[in-house]
Amino acid sequence: MLMSVVICVLMAAAFIFGAANGRMEAVSAASVSGAAEAVALLLRIGGNICLWSALMEVMQRSGLAAAVARLLSPLIKIIFGGYAEDAEAREAISQNMAANLLGLGSAATPAGLRAAARLSELSRRRGEKPHGAYLLIALNTASVQLLPTTVAAVRSGLGSAAPYDILPAVWLTSAVSAAAAVLAVKAFRGAEKR
Amino acid sequence: MTAYIVPALILFIAAFGAYKRTDIYAALTEGARAGMKVCASIFPAVLIMLTAISMVRASGAIETLAGVCAPLLRRIGIPEECLPLVLLRPFSGSGALSVGSEVIRDAGADSLTGRIAAVMLGSSETSFYTIAVYSAYLKLKDTGCTLKAAMLADAAAFIMSGVAVRLLMK
Repeated sequence: MLMSVVICVLMAAAFIFGAANGRMEAVSAASVSGAAEAVALLLRIGGNICLWSALMEVMQRSGLAAAVARLLSPLIKIIFGGYAEDAEAREAISQNMAANLLGLGSAATPAGLRAAARLSELSRRRGEKPHGAYLLIALNTASVQLLPTTVAAVRSGLGSAAPYDILPAVWLTSAVSAAAAVLAVKAFRGAEKR
Repeated sequence: MTAYIVPALILFIAAFGAYKRTDIYAALTEGARAGMKVCASIFPAVLIMLTAISMVRASGAIETLAGVCAPLLRRIGIPEECLPLVLLRPFSGSGALSVGSEVIRDAGADSLTGRIAAVMLGSSETSFYTIAVYSAYLKLKDTGCTLKAAMLADAAAFIMSGVAVRLLMK
């Protein structure tokens, strides 16, 4: 439903501003070129999406994704505190985080949902608000991705000399944004307790 | 240095797979097939969103809005061309991808603005969608502080994109 509202607002804005600025001719032409642009965009990035999907399948089948998940458990203890003592929750969280880090979007969501269900179950038993689940959701809204392959594909398709040269900047930005998400949930929780 | 990251990672993935006696070729082709499904599944949304966005851009609405927001954006180091990307990012992944690639194309892939747009795209998520999926699955009546936390994280990502690109790239 949300997206329907967004689309309606965009269409209305195009019509109103097109009329006000006397640019209806260009708006009309854009309805045709926008659709053609979508095909061009998909052709530019489609190959790279398939390539990384292929490499990620190898990571999952060889157990590399699971190995990365094991490496993450100290970090999970820091972020999730008491919730990390539950083995089932810890395992699902680490799978979710590893899949996000490696850009395995389709593997991240099932593991994330499993982790969130377990975390809110733990909170329910203690008669608390599901803060563990809130933490996990917040972390998932602040994507931490080591290799933004789709963006790199866009840059390469548009003539970048080194499509991956943004990596250090992406890492720094993602780390700051994920830390902001975690600290915000913890701060709101602290404010509620008082 | 960054040139080494991707080739080294590809080599490592293949070598680890071979060491674990995974049928690498079967996994690669199967994974690529799954990638085609991903492309097919995002195409309709990209088509609709790119059509809507290019109509809005042609109407001059973005210049008007950017004119209002430009002083604020400039103060925090975000080029005003990135405004549509900032506005759309929390709602729609394919929409953000569409707008982001337009910004990168118009500004140039290796320009400051193009790089900041790319870092924004690579380091943020479709927050509203993610919250909707999780809260629907958990049947949460109250999403608590997740929305506020997600908005803060997005704001941090947008501001940090400008800072990080200027700091880490010549």
